[in-house]
Amino acid sequence: MNKTYYDPADLKKFGKISEWNQELGDKFFDYYGKVFEEGHLSAREKSLIALAVAHTEQCPYCIDAYTKDGLQRGITKEEMMEALHVGAAIKSGATLVHGVQMMNKVNKLDG
Amino acid sequence: MATKSLKKQGKEIANSNKQLEILSNGIFKSGELPTFKNKISETNQFPLKAKKLEILQVNVGYMCNQVCEHCHVDAGPDRKEIMTRETMQQIIDVIKTTGAHTLDLTGGAPEMNPNFRWFVEEASKVGVKDFIVRSNLTIIRANKKYYDLPDFFKKHNIHVVSSMPHWTRGKTDKQRGEGVFDMSIKALQELNDRGYGMPESNLKLDLVYNPSGAFLPGDQATMEKDFKKALMEDFGISFHNLFAITNLPIARFLDYLIASENYEDYMYALVEAYNPAAVENVMCTNTLSVSWDGYLFDCDFNQMLELPVNSKSKHISEYKEELLEGRNIVISQHCYGCTAGAGSSCQGVVA
Repeated sequence: MNKTYYDPADLKKFGKISEWNQELGDKFFDYYGKVFEEGHLSAREKSLIALAVAHTEQCPYCIDAYTKDGLQRGITKEEMMEALHVGAAIKSGATLVHGVQMMNKVNKLDG
Repeated sequence: MATKSLKKQGKEIANSNKQLEILSNGIFKSGELPTFKNKISETNQFPLKAKKLEILQVNVGYMCNQVCEHCHVDAGPDRKEIMTRETMQQIIDVIKTTGAHTLDLTGGAPEMNPNFRWFVEEASKVGVKDFIVRSNLTIIRANKKYYDLPDFFKKHNIHVVSSMPHWTRGKTDKQRGEGVFDMSIKALQELNDRGYGMPESNLKLDLVYNPSGAFLPGDQATMEKDFKKALMEDFGISFHNLFAITNLPIARFLDYLIASENYEDYMYALVEAYNPAAVENVMCTNTLSVSWDGYLFDCDFNQMLELPVNSKSKHISEYKEELLEGRNIVISQHCYGCTAGAGSSCQGVVA
């Protein structure tokens, strides 16, 4: 049994999820592939979005995958870090905007 | 950044036998990954055979003004292997008799060979269709005696192919050395001034992109678009085509892969991206590589690994087309570098 929850080698086995449900697995990977194709957004822009979301989701597999994907596309480390700050800003903003709810509650109970 | 070649540093990995040993042992010996021979056998592509010669690639010497981090030649200022005029003459004699349409000069920095200009002048008289010089750009700005190279190239209608790992200073200098980016930009502008790389111009200027680390190149057409946009916007530079080349796991890049503990992952990535369609058009099938001392190889990589052609005709002085055509290509695990994804060659993707 593994001593850790995450093993980098497991990323290569991602495709195996289809073995226990071929139909849904296939549908997912088809969908996934289609999402990342060049569309109204470039594949490069999508890669940066994926990298930011990988961090907000704190998915180590996705971080490995989209850091490498970005490098392959010639995305610089400065661009990557800037994308991460977008994710971080939304995360912290999402925390802080709930402050309004807290303030409402305080004002109602103790105003 | 290192300023000496692996050879000068006396590193064991500078030895080609050591490199071949690494490529045959470990994950390939244990069967964790298939050898290149087994992989191409799956699709009945073994043995790989040479077709008709189209490109003669000549390495005129390993001396270079740069010491790039991933150089497969392990080139640098301390390398003394330089082609003589006698060997150059033998090559010219061969070009006259072959049907090869392309002559491709590489190095090191080919311009540093003292007989470089003589060779270009004599070879251009023979009238090959496409005469390439792989120039690292910085050589043009390295010393006054090279300042007129753009004019010299133009005079002989040389097709200039140059390395440019990224459109930003940071990534370029990390791979190729401090100050390389600025000098390369200046050299590209000078080439543009002579008409090189301009839209509709017959003076061909192509760039070569290879990744700065342990990852594969992205899509060549997309990278070309990104390079063109950035170089035009930032510096007003034009060029024709971008060739995306995969780093092969030999010499300095192999040393880097091992030192950074990326070797196994990189070999996995190459094997996973294996593309049988790329095997069809891999460059060794239409190219011959000539070393500084006149020996013949299936490609520049085999030259560095000291794997000679599998033919009775082993030296340019005893060149016989009929003995070379149809020969079995000498392969090892480094060949996976040319068959990953869209494939890789000195002319970019092949599939």
